Amino acid sequence: MIFGLPVISVTIWLPILFGVLVLATGDDKNAPLARMLALVGSVLGFLVTLPLYTGFDITTSNMQFEETHNWINRFNIHYHLGVDGISMLFILLNSLFTPIVVLAGWKVIEKRVAQYMAAFLIMSGIVNGVFAALDSILFYVFWEAMLIPMFIIIGVWGGPNRVYAAMKFFLYTLLGSLLMLVALIYLYNLTGGSFDILDFHEVAIPMQAQILIFIAFFFAFAVKVPMFPVHTWLPDAHVEAPTGGSVVLAAIMLKVGAYGFLRFSLPITPDASHKLAGVMIGLSLIAIVYIGLVALKQADMKKLVAYSSISHMGFVTLGIFIFNSYGVEGALLQMLSHGFVAGALFLCIGVLYDRVHSREIAAYGGVANKMPVFAAFFMLFAMANSGLPGTSAFVGEFMVIMGVVKVNFWYAFAAASTLVFGAAYTLWMYKRVIFGAVANHHVAKLTDITAREKLIFAILAVFVLGMGVYPLPFAEILHVSVNDLLLHVTHSKLAN
Amino acid sequence: MNLMADLIPAGAEIFLLVMVCVILIVDLMLAESSKIYTYSLVMLTLLGCSLITVGTHTQGVAYAFHNMFVDDLMSDVLKLFSYIAVGTMLVYSRSYLTVRGLFTGEFMVLTLFALLGMNVMISANNFVTLYLGLELLSLSLYAMVALQRDSAVATEAAMKYFILGALASGLLLYGMSMLYGATGSLELGVISDAIKHGVPNKSLLVFGLVFIVSGLAFKLGVVPFHMWVPDVYHGAPTAMTMLIGSAPKLAAFAFTARILVEGLQPLVNDWSGMLIILAIASMALGNLSAIAQTNLKRMFAYSTISHMGFLLLGFIGGGVEGYGSAMFYAVIYVLMTLGGFGMIMLLSRAGFEADTLNDFKGLNQRSPWLAFMMLLLMFSMAGIPPTVGFYAKFSVLNAIVQTGHTWLAVLAVLFSLIGAFYYLRIVKLMYFDVPQSHEPINLAPDTGLLISVNGLSMLLLGTMPGMLMSVCAVSVQQSLLLH
Repeated sequence: MIFGLPVISVTIWLPILFGVLVLATGDDKNAPLARMLALVGSVLGFLVTLPLYTGFDITTSNMQFEETHNWINRFNIHYHLGVDGISMLFILLNSLFTPIVVLAGWKVIEKRVAQYMAAFLIMSGIVNGVFAALDSILFYVFWEAMLIPMFIIIGVWGGPNRVYAAMKFFLYTLLGSLLMLVALIYLYNLTGGSFDILDFHEVAIPMQAQILIFIAFFFAFAVKVPMFPVHTWLPDAHVEAPTGGSVVLAAIMLKVGAYGFLRFSLPITPDASHKLAGVMIGLSLIAIVYIGLVALKQADMKKLVAYSSISHMGFVTLGIFIFNSYGVEGALLQMLSHGFVAGALFLCIGVLYDRVHSREIAAYGGVANKMPVFAAFFMLFAMANSGLPGTSAFVGEFMVIMGVVKVNFWYAFAAASTLVFGAAYTLWMYKRVIFGAVANHHVAKLTDITAREKLIFAILAVFVLGMGVYPLPFAEILHVSVNDLLLHVTHSKLAN
Repeated sequence: MNLMADLIPAGAEIFLLVMVCVILIVDLMLAESSKIYTYSLVMLTLLGCSLITVGTHTQGVAYAFHNMFVDDLMSDVLKLFSYIAVGTMLVYSRSYLTVRGLFTGEFMVLTLFALLGMNVMISANNFVTLYLGLELLSLSLYAMVALQRDSAVATEAAMKYFILGALASGLLLYGMSMLYGATGSLELGVISDAIKHGVPNKSLLVFGLVFIVSGLAFKLGVVPFHMWVPDVYHGAPTAMTMLIGSAPKLAAFAFTARILVEGLQPLVNDWSGMLIILAIASMALGNLSAIAQTNLKRMFAYSTISHMGFLLLGFIGGGVEGYGSAMFYAVIYVLMTLGGFGMIMLLSRAGFEADTLNDFKGLNQRSPWLAFMMLLLMFSMAGIPPTVGFYAKFSVLNAIVQTGHTWLAVLAVLFSLIGAFYYLRIVKLMYFDVPQSHEPINLAPDTGLLISVNGLSMLLLGTMPGMLMSVCAVSVQQSLLLH
């Protein structure tokens, strides 16, 4: 309870409320007010999520902070919210990133400031709703509503090819979602009139139906993750989105896909999940190896990080579909870590882009001479992206590989190659951009990062290093919920 | 006493008819510059009708005029929404029509006659009443489309509308006469009973059904009887298009529900197969053709075709779920259409129609509020939550999945995906592109308020859709299935 209001509802509606307020400041005459209001709203939005962490009970896998109200009685749809170890940390992650993107867009965004800030605040609330919803229709509403602000962000403040990217992003994700909707309605009729996700977890489903439901969910979630071969929207969306948009896409949006697999696919269709695990592992390994190679040859920094995201998310899906606790916990830690690292890398690219207005690697060289502090931060995040021990990325990747070794050595062998490729493309990019002699007069005119940018990077650096050195506070939250999930998945749900 | 029992259920219609006659005479006395009095009188009439409709509401079902006419919950709800739709249309179109010299007494009287036709259709319990209501509505609409006499496009549209409409009426009448031949009655309930007890000539019955369904399909504007829709929507003055596209769809829903569900329920296996074909064809052709349009009114026309296809899915679902969802869909569709055409009229000026896609370019820079309202309307039409359009689609999908037509649901969502593209394109034009004209948008206070209410209602009904859903379900249950 915060001031007598239920915590989760506050984490959802407070940012949305502030978003509406920011929107009400009107046109760009009031831009300073809009920025201030957005910052206050986003910081408050983060602070109100803290009770979720401090009040969390790590000994139970039950839903916590639950809220249930009747919503649409006709279809027995409830406003049902709650978090467990799987979802809780993502609400914090999402709310942490909102002030960061507000700060990142502080100076850069000059036209329609209020709309920009409002879009991020509203999206932040909606994404919290996605992670907290326990009624599938409520989940679906948040899930789809999330697309609208992102569509606007990419399309209005994006790069030259923004319209194509925004359309592709929207329609791609909508395709998956609509199939999921049919699956949800089917499940509703199967359970005899409940849309509650926890009821879906219990209902018996014949094999053929399970496979069809699994495929419908697969379309919805795999597009979001994104998994090979439905990943092609991501490089476009990332490249064209403004820095803040890329950060939220990488840090948050990709996570809802993987979260969907854990919340829906695995517990609702365990038999189909086992049956089709081979396919999922295959697709994940393709993403890890093939997309890693694709990343190696990118000339555009944002594209490179985008492909690196797909490759790293391959790790996550791999961890999920080997069904052991190392794998799933590793996948979740990898998701958190990737949020910090990919978010930070996009911010680094944003810093360079704001100054030089180019994302081409070839347009840079010798940046370290002009921006030593920036180079140091960038170094840390680049190392983290290559999975260096001591950074957050190592923990998740190591655990997933450990889990995979138990299943099949050659899978693990292929997966571990990502450490080599990851180091190769990240550090090679770093070398070309940062080291060497000053490449041209644009680089010569660079000035080092400002206090505002230092603050952003410092926050992220603390998390990257902190989680790398001492992951226990994160891991202990996951533990019980993951074990319960895995126990659930071992029980067959074929009609009995 | 007996007379009163007949008059009370039809109170609203009688009041409406009296008022139309009064307005017709009053309007003759008024100078061209004081049409605002006629307009006020029309608004008062709508208000009066609403009050009478609510006031004469009784629990259960009341029949009048030897079962020719029925007053039940479904008809009351649909009538109320028709009044709202017609009132909204009048408010939106006042300044639009004034600058075009069309804001005349004839326009308003014809509108009310059309409304009377719809009311009669909604409350009909007999083929004769149904047909009379339909013709009253149709003839008024033909005349309204042709009201702009100096416009060649409008005249052409009126001609096409009239000829194809007459053909459809012919088909319908032919079908009705066959059913009469087979069952010996024109009353819906009696026909239903007769078929249940078995008729000697089943083939005559099914033959009649084919004609009836074709006639209905014409009036709904579903493929392959859709040819009139784009031309009429495009050619008619936008105010008339708005009228054609909105309230009559409610009447058409009632019409379809009364004939197919109340009258021909025993033939459900025969007609639902036909509807499946009509629905799939409409969703496919409507959505695919809408992509190619550059004119917004034509785009809305094709989008209407696809929406009507989707609505038919509700009838295929059947039961309270199915018919209730179809009714909900019809009501929501009307609200969205009103907003969409309202926006075209708001952006139009004297001598300028804002009916091409390019006219919406950069609207966010010219008026962020209007752009936001249009965004809500477009996302609602595309069926994206949290707008109410989603719940309309959701309830229909639920109905068809429940009856085991999951494949049909998958097909329907795939076509919705195609549909989402052209609605998104409008959002794209408004938000991502630069404006082509910087002409200031003059927003009268009444239209400004109305478009805000209309746009925000998408969001508001989207957060609380349960009430309206239940109203639709209950009224369908009371009206169609309990006798």
